[in-house]
Amino acid sequence: MNPILTYKALKKYFTIGHKDLMKKEPITVKAVDGVSFEVLEGEAFGLVGESGSGKSTVAYATIGMYRPTGGSIEFRGENLYSQDGDRPQHIKKEIQIVFQDPGSSLNPRQNIKQILELPLRIHQPRANRLEKIAELLEMVELPLGYMHKYPRALSGGEKQIVAIARALATDPSFIILDEPTSALDVSIQGKIINLLIRLQREFNLSYLFITHDLSLMRNVASRVAIMYLGKICEVAEAGEFFQHPKHPYTQMLLSSIPVVSEEEERLKPEKVVSRGEIPSPVNIPSGCSFHLRCPYKMDVCVNVDPEMIDLGDGHTVRCHLYPDD
Amino acid sequence: MTGQPLLEIKDLRVNYKVYGGLLEVIAGVNFVVYPGERVGLVGETGCGKTSTMKAILRILPMPPAQIAGGEIYFKGQDILKMSHNQLYKVRGNGISMIFQDPTAALNPVFTVGQQMEAVLKNALFDGKKLGKRQIKSDALQALKEVSLADPERLLKSYPVQLSGGMRQRVCIAMALSTQPEMLIADEPGTSLDVTIQDQVLRLLHNLVLEKNTSVILITHTLGVVRETTDRVYVMYAGNMVESAPTKQLFDRPSHPYTQGLMEAVPRLTGGGVAEGIPGRIPDYLSPPTGCRFHPRCPHVMDICRQQKPPAYQIDDGHQVACFLYDSKEGSRK
Repeated sequence: MNPILTYKALKKYFTIGHKDLMKKEPITVKAVDGVSFEVLEGEAFGLVGESGSGKSTVAYATIGMYRPTGGSIEFRGENLYSQDGDRPQHIKKEIQIVFQDPGSSLNPRQNIKQILELPLRIHQPRANRLEKIAELLEMVELPLGYMHKYPRALSGGEKQIVAIARALATDPSFIILDEPTSALDVSIQGKIINLLIRLQREFNLSYLFITHDLSLMRNVASRVAIMYLGKICEVAEAGEFFQHPKHPYTQMLLSSIPVVSEEEERLKPEKVVSRGEIPSPVNIPSGCSFHLRCPYKMDVCVNVDPEMIDLGDGHTVRCHLYPDD
Repeated sequence: MTGQPLLEIKDLRVNYKVYGGLLEVIAGVNFVVYPGERVGLVGETGCGKTSTMKAILRILPMPPAQIAGGEIYFKGQDILKMSHNQLYKVRGNGISMIFQDPTAALNPVFTVGQQMEAVLKNALFDGKKLGKRQIKSDALQALKEVSLADPERLLKSYPVQLSGGMRQRVCIAMALSTQPEMLIADEPGTSLDVTIQDQVLRLLHNLVLEKNTSVILITHTLGVVRETTDRVYVMYAGNMVESAPTKQLFDRPSHPYTQGLMEAVPRLTGGGVAEGIPGRIPDYLSPPTGCRFHPRCPHVMDICRQQKPPAYQIDDGHQVACFLYDSKEGSRK
């Protein structure tokens, strides 16, 4: 399969202040620091990490909210940001996003028709909009009467479905799902996830699925990458990722998940007791940024940042423990 | 569990008076906690979990809330009939509460030390108040117990200087510093990351075991309940629909709502996500007649629309409020 989106050494630094009065030495936060991965055509690529790990920054750099500090993002071989720093219109149309909280991502003063109309007006000015809106609502299984409702009249789940319909309005091929169900109850989560999976099959969509819920990730993503302090620690095919996690951080995360059955309990790696907290991205530890919390810390970890190592079958890990020969 | 219950809620009813009518948010809830027991309370957003707990401490905002009926016995005394002074003692040493969002629970303009000392200053130990020096050392000790590094410095810090996980640990330290007999933990890990949540829950678990404190753990994450409680109550739209020992509830969920909830949890073993429960939580202004779950229930019968189901005992300590378990009505076991 061909890659639809290629991230090459993506960097995004934020300047949050200055060390001196003369403003010569900026204090920077390295939110994303050299991230490389590919999302293939038609796949759901999962991105996991704790808050502050930079997963949302990757999403926002893709959607054009932040311009990358370094590196590049390529959409089907074409650079996302042109020379003058803008994203071309035909690429904007192809990449859409669904945010975490539908309560704040839908305009409370617009009804559903108006909300769905805007992307159509910009990207398909000649289409019959009303017809297209009806089509969109049908796609996400909402009754047509919802066109004239306002977001406040909808439940949380329905609002998120409208947000999904809005993302679909431009006929995109790539959708970023930034924690699409973490603001919703479990009993509603299933409906949204199954809708997303159905849409993906129907329209051959590619997803960048961001979540911190690993159990959910197992059921949605075909490949999973894990981020820690702006860097990717491990990438693997989903089954492999959950059965043979390699990076100590992945093992720590997996063994921390509360599960509901004995079957799942057996799947969890041997308890890696989680300790410490994610350090502030302003002062990233030297060497491997995880060494402060790592149970297998070696001398080399404090000084040298490990390289990404390929373990075969698309499983890559960034840790000094590997290759373990 | 046997013996006198530590806390017993009998047929509690709470209404919220709002523009447009009366919301029956809690419609006859029964709830028991025995000494040293860890009880889970599960349910979706808006099902009345937190309102029930706030009623116990009498910290419900009144108005709009009003307690329309029922009794809450704590060590044999009805909290709802207590005088201000008696209530003060219960809040001081009897029941502590940890809230979901530690950032909102701590006052941003006072240091951690000031806030912890304020709690200890008002608590009674063996009927006596603590001296100034004792308060200082107790506060320090409490912070040490929640494995926070450098507690001396922490006492002088403001909440903004701490991370989310540290703030929640401070809240736990504060809640346990008065050696309460019961602790109410309202989604203590929800606002934290998985690894930090794991740490906080493990810490809480060990501390309450060590001190033999009773705990009510409110959560909507079923996995957390499974790992840290002895018994579970499941709540739906202001009613208790099922209660059982934890292991039994997970082995044999019996109420259709509990079953739906269990199926909806994504599994680490993969295999896709179940559709979940159709429909949504009812409008409290005009709740469904009879069983409040009937519009969403896959096994709905005629009687469900007319009558509210009583709690049926289906096994030792396992109660289900569903007509499916009535010997006359129920066809399915």
